[in-house]
Amino acid sequence: MNAAVLDGRRLALHRRRKRVNAVALTLALAAMAFGVFWLVWILVETVRLGIGGLSLQLFTVSTPAPLAEVGGLANAIVGSLIMVSLATALGTPIGVLAGIYLTEYGQRGWLGRSTGFINDILLSAPSIVIGLFIYSVVVARAKSFSAVAGALALALIVIPVVIRSTATMLALVPPALREAAYALGTPKWKVTLAVTLKASRSGVITGVLLALARVAGETAPLLFTALSNQFFTTDLGEPMASLPVTIFKFAMSPYENWQKLAWAGVLLITMGVLALNIAARVLFRNKH
Amino acid sequence: MDRAVDLPTTEKVKISVRDLNFFYGSFHALKRIHLDIPERKVTAFIGPSGCGKSTLLRTFNRMFELYPEQRAEGAINIDGENILKTKMDVSLIRARIGMVFQKPTPFPMSIYDNIAFGVRLFETLPRVEMDERVEWALKKAALWNEVKDKLAQSGSGLSGGQQQRLCIARGIAIKPEVLLLDEPCSALDPISTGKIEELIHELKADYTVMIVTHNMQQAARCSDYTAYMYLGDLVEFGATTDVFMKPKKKDTEDYITGRFG
Repeated sequence: MNAAVLDGRRLALHRRRKRVNAVALTLALAAMAFGVFWLVWILVETVRLGIGGLSLQLFTVSTPAPLAEVGGLANAIVGSLIMVSLATALGTPIGVLAGIYLTEYGQRGWLGRSTGFINDILLSAPSIVIGLFIYSVVVARAKSFSAVAGALALALIVIPVVIRSTATMLALVPPALREAAYALGTPKWKVTLAVTLKASRSGVITGVLLALARVAGETAPLLFTALSNQFFTTDLGEPMASLPVTIFKFAMSPYENWQKLAWAGVLLITMGVLALNIAARVLFRNKH
Repeated sequence: MDRAVDLPTTEKVKISVRDLNFFYGSFHALKRIHLDIPERKVTAFIGPSGCGKSTLLRTFNRMFELYPEQRAEGAINIDGENILKTKMDVSLIRARIGMVFQKPTPFPMSIYDNIAFGVRLFETLPRVEMDERVEWALKKAALWNEVKDKLAQSGSGLSGGQQQRLCIARGIAIKPEVLLLDEPCSALDPISTGKIEELIHELKADYTVMIVTHNMQQAARCSDYTAYMYLGDLVEFGATTDVFMKPKKKDTEDYITGRFG
């Protein structure tokens, strides 16, 4: 076979490869555009319908009666902040510790493996199930809806997310780093805390932020636990308003002022979750 | 105690290995190893991949115990005490035997804390003495001049060669008696490798050094004694000049001259 024939074949193959590449690239771009299109539409609609309701009143005045002149979401915003913070404060230590157990201690035993498996089931459990569980265990016994019950339900959603992300992040730490710490005569607890956990801390914090973003928008677990409250309260023993439940109630109402507030609440939550996700991204990128 | 035949009687034995067998599950990775390591000398372990030289190194500080399916049988006597049988806590053994790994492993903390971390495990030093110890270790590892102005910066910001010297400094800061180097230069460029080899040469004044290497020239350059291993057997052990210039076994000669296989 002479060189010219060989060159011709190579060129033909090369052209074919380029055509396949162009087709594949077009398909990938189309798929990307399809996804981004809906996302952008959601964001645009949220801003368009919610921006009108944004005002200082939104943060200073509590939810109004139907057809009232003034009204805001102060009680719902504060309620959400309280319950989400409480849930994160409860769920983070439990989740991080359990994640450490899964990766550093339980990997070979049946207990660790079954905990990991059950955790993955809990991770995908519908949040309404968790709401009903807390209702029957806490609310039905105390005979009262309360912010504590709401926070507990949210914590049950935070915990599996934090466990899974912590366990995954710890597993990514190279074994050589652990061995280097052991080689100095470091005890296991200290290797885990001072070296392994520290090496993966940005990943662990990212997991907590993502869990926080997830529960900030949860409605179902709060419906039967914290219920809602049309008045401003910080009493954890009382029913408490939250943004998602208030949006749910107001958006389905026939009253125009409620609907407007619902859209403003949607905008607030969307922006909050977006900010948390961006913060998680930035934090993760800075470390890797 | 009886001596392994290949070590001249003028050398003081630091570590004697007797009848050492090692298993990864059911795989027999080290077979009846019988070996004396001289004190304050550099001993190199060479041999093709999978011959067991790294495995042997990891028995000296019982690193293999991190993995439940690995076990060692026999005796490794350090200053006469069998560390495989001793009741002494494994962390105290590891304080006496430092190790540096193939890839640099700086801890996620400042350069200063990388050194101080190990020291704090065994000693409570006042700040001034800790500063002195950190400086001493970094000078010993020939890194002080490059990092003295940035001790508070993260250790992972250093170059690969600097990171590896940081790991050596971290290892000697706790004042061990033995240093295990597991292919310490395989991830480094020639200039960094040269610096580490110089360092090894200086370290043997105070430490018993063992180095695993794939680089024949490196073994010839920086070791006093060389052990050639193959398929879990210790094939030949002797003074480095002897092993390289007039090996006793045909296998050793073939490997060293590149006619292996």
